[in-house]
Amino acid sequence: MGRKLLLEHANVPEIHTYQVYRAKGGYSAVEKALKMTPDEVMEEVKKSGLRGRGGAGFPTGMKWSFLDRKSEKPRYLVCNADESEPGTFKDRYVMEKIPHLLIEGLICSSFALGSNTTFIYIRGEYKWIVGILEKAIAEAKNAGFLGKNILGSGFNLEIYVNNGAGAYICGEETALLESLEGKRGNPRMKPPFPAISGLYGSPTVVNNVETLAAVVPILNLGGDEYAKIGIGKSTGTKLISACGNIKKPGVYEIDLGLPVYEFLNSDEYCGGIRDGHRLKAVIPGGSSVPILPADLFYKNIKGEERNMSYESLSDGGFVSGSMLGSGGFIAMDETVCIVRNTWTFARFYHHESCGQCSPCREGTGWMEKVLHRLEFGHGHMHDIDLLVDVAKKIEGNTICPLGDAAAWPVAAAIRHFREEFEYHVTHADKVKNSRLAHLDDYKKELVLL
Amino acid sequence: MIKVTIDGVEIEVEPGTTILNAARKAGGAIVPPAMCYYSKLKGSGGKCRTCLVKVTAGSEKDPRPMPKLVASCSTGVQDGMVVQNITSPEVVEARKGVVEFLLLNHPLDCPICDQAGECHLQDLAFEHGAAKTRYEEERRKFDKIDIGDKIQLHMTRCILCYRCVYTADQITNERVHGVLKRGDASEISTYIENVIENDFSGNVIDVCPVGALTDKTFRFKSRVWFVKPMNAHRDCSKCCGKTAVWLHGEEIYRVTGRKDQYGEVEEFICNECRFDKKSKSDWVIEGPREVERWSVIRQNKYEIGTQVQAPKNIGYGNITV
Repeated sequence: MGRKLLLEHANVPEIHTYQVYRAKGGYSAVEKALKMTPDEVMEEVKKSGLRGRGGAGFPTGMKWSFLDRKSEKPRYLVCNADESEPGTFKDRYVMEKIPHLLIEGLICSSFALGSNTTFIYIRGEYKWIVGILEKAIAEAKNAGFLGKNILGSGFNLEIYVNNGAGAYICGEETALLESLEGKRGNPRMKPPFPAISGLYGSPTVVNNVETLAAVVPILNLGGDEYAKIGIGKSTGTKLISACGNIKKPGVYEIDLGLPVYEFLNSDEYCGGIRDGHRLKAVIPGGSSVPILPADLFYKNIKGEERNMSYESLSDGGFVSGSMLGSGGFIAMDETVCIVRNTWTFARFYHHESCGQCSPCREGTGWMEKVLHRLEFGHGHMHDIDLLVDVAKKIEGNTICPLGDAAAWPVAAAIRHFREEFEYHVTHADKVKNSRLAHLDDYKKELVLL
Repeated sequence: MIKVTIDGVEIEVEPGTTILNAARKAGGAIVPPAMCYYSKLKGSGGKCRTCLVKVTAGSEKDPRPMPKLVASCSTGVQDGMVVQNITSPEVVEARKGVVEFLLLNHPLDCPICDQAGECHLQDLAFEHGAAKTRYEEERRKFDKIDIGDKIQLHMTRCILCYRCVYTADQITNERVHGVLKRGDASEISTYIENVIENDFSGNVIDVCPVGALTDKTFRFKSRVWFVKPMNAHRDCSKCCGKTAVWLHGEEIYRVTGRKDQYGEVEEFICNECRFDKKSKSDWVIEGPREVERWSVIRQNKYEIGTQVQAPKNIGYGNITV
């Protein structure tokens, strides 16, 4: 059995209540943190090597150290619970099952950063979780872990939950801050970075739910001990939300560095691809990371086995690698049509583009329309190269990473599954209105020829 | 003062200047085009991505190149920064892409558009665009909307530069004029098709780089190259009173702010000057305006013999009018 730091007590009955959570040793990290100085808490997080769990994998301790402490303005910590990436549902699991873990992480992190007002920005579709969190906050306040002069330390903290209105773009940290301020959720230009001028122009740190929850085991174990888990610069445990054509979809906590073969096939985790089928492709980190065909997923281009870590999954760059991303693990068997799948993602990004900058606003819609054409048998051969070119012109030229997120999956799908796209052009009458994968048919025909 | 090199031209600027403004200080072909940035509007810029440039050296202290192309209108210069504009094939390629994106949903109804001839999108497409489109689908369409009785909004032509939004934000205290919906369905709208209740609301027409916001007192009256811009002034209690009046024979067809070579007005003018003072007796006419941009208005031949500099990268050379 793998080690569980975050989800250890997730299945204890009534763990969402304060009494049960406390009885299982909850809030000990707060007691520990408040006896330390904020700098010492931050030092522990730095030593732990914790990296942002929202997708980018930026070292959390470093992000915290960028916070402008000399400013006379109040400092804010904002928890990004706008988990909207297709295929990612790990934060929902934490907040639904063990809300107090997040609250505890928030208290420790707020103390380290000197934030007296902390916000949880939660996506609009997670409406029922707002109630769960607010109940947990009220319970924590009752127990003296929130409010004025927490545990006699002189530290004050209030946590507010803010419900978004259902925009994927508000998961981008500056768009989130705009939305939190009551404005249209358009990403801001960077610089200035939120650490200098964020919420209401004050220094702000925005962290993912899982990142903040991970501060609890870091303080309980100690940063050095936490850093021993994992592999290389990917330290600690990570929640992976696995879905697709696997036997056991769900949220799993893994030690970073777990071999991908074991994660996908062992009964402890995904349990393998459903019977009678075989793995075709994997999207290892949520819909926006490049798709990998089965052989490149198991082994990198040099033939080395991949493991679940930031470095190993991105080995080979975008030519033959992918990203760990947010941990939205999507496995597909041979019945999945890559063209249809790519179109579905393109449709999502088209719908979610904020429309602020032109490459993303126009390009995402264009890609969706071309993919729609291909999927339904109205495409031309030159459409495939057109898609590659449009994706290239969006990538890196936009204000925020949504443009990249829209371009990468399209570019990667064509890179690895080009013949499937070509099949959709050459066998237009066969693919019209069909939802099945066609690559195998295509390969059979090649053999017959 | 700090030093920055753009396309091999060394420029000295104040710290805090953006790359675009540094380039504008030197002028000429090194200036990146800008469709959304407007120096008089706080917060504008960064959206259209036409001004993307390549930073090949970040600064003297840290000479690493920046990993991505950056928007020159919102990136500050550092001492010793080296920037490539049209000398970088990467930038030219990206800009071509941006022009294609901007034209994707643009109706290209230039023959019947009032802005034709002074349209920044036309100039941009001419300088950086491709001759053919690869877009086969239907373009988006909107109905025309009146913003008050003098301004018409034709969203179909809009490139969503947000300049009018920033203008409205700047002249009014409330958010009366903004963007509805998102993605390529976004549209500029004034709160429930209302009016911008302000004496300076007409300036949204001047800041619009395309023909999306037009002056209803001038619509379909004349092509802009048949009217002659003249500097004029009058005593105005609301604004500076310094404007450009556009003459057709002895008649004033329209009044606008005085625009500089980058299409930015020198000072905002009030609605009274813009819409109501259409008689020559209202104005003291100073003389013809220098039209510096590469523009068909220049073909008006009223300044015979001046050299018109064609954009360098297309290789037309100098044309004598």
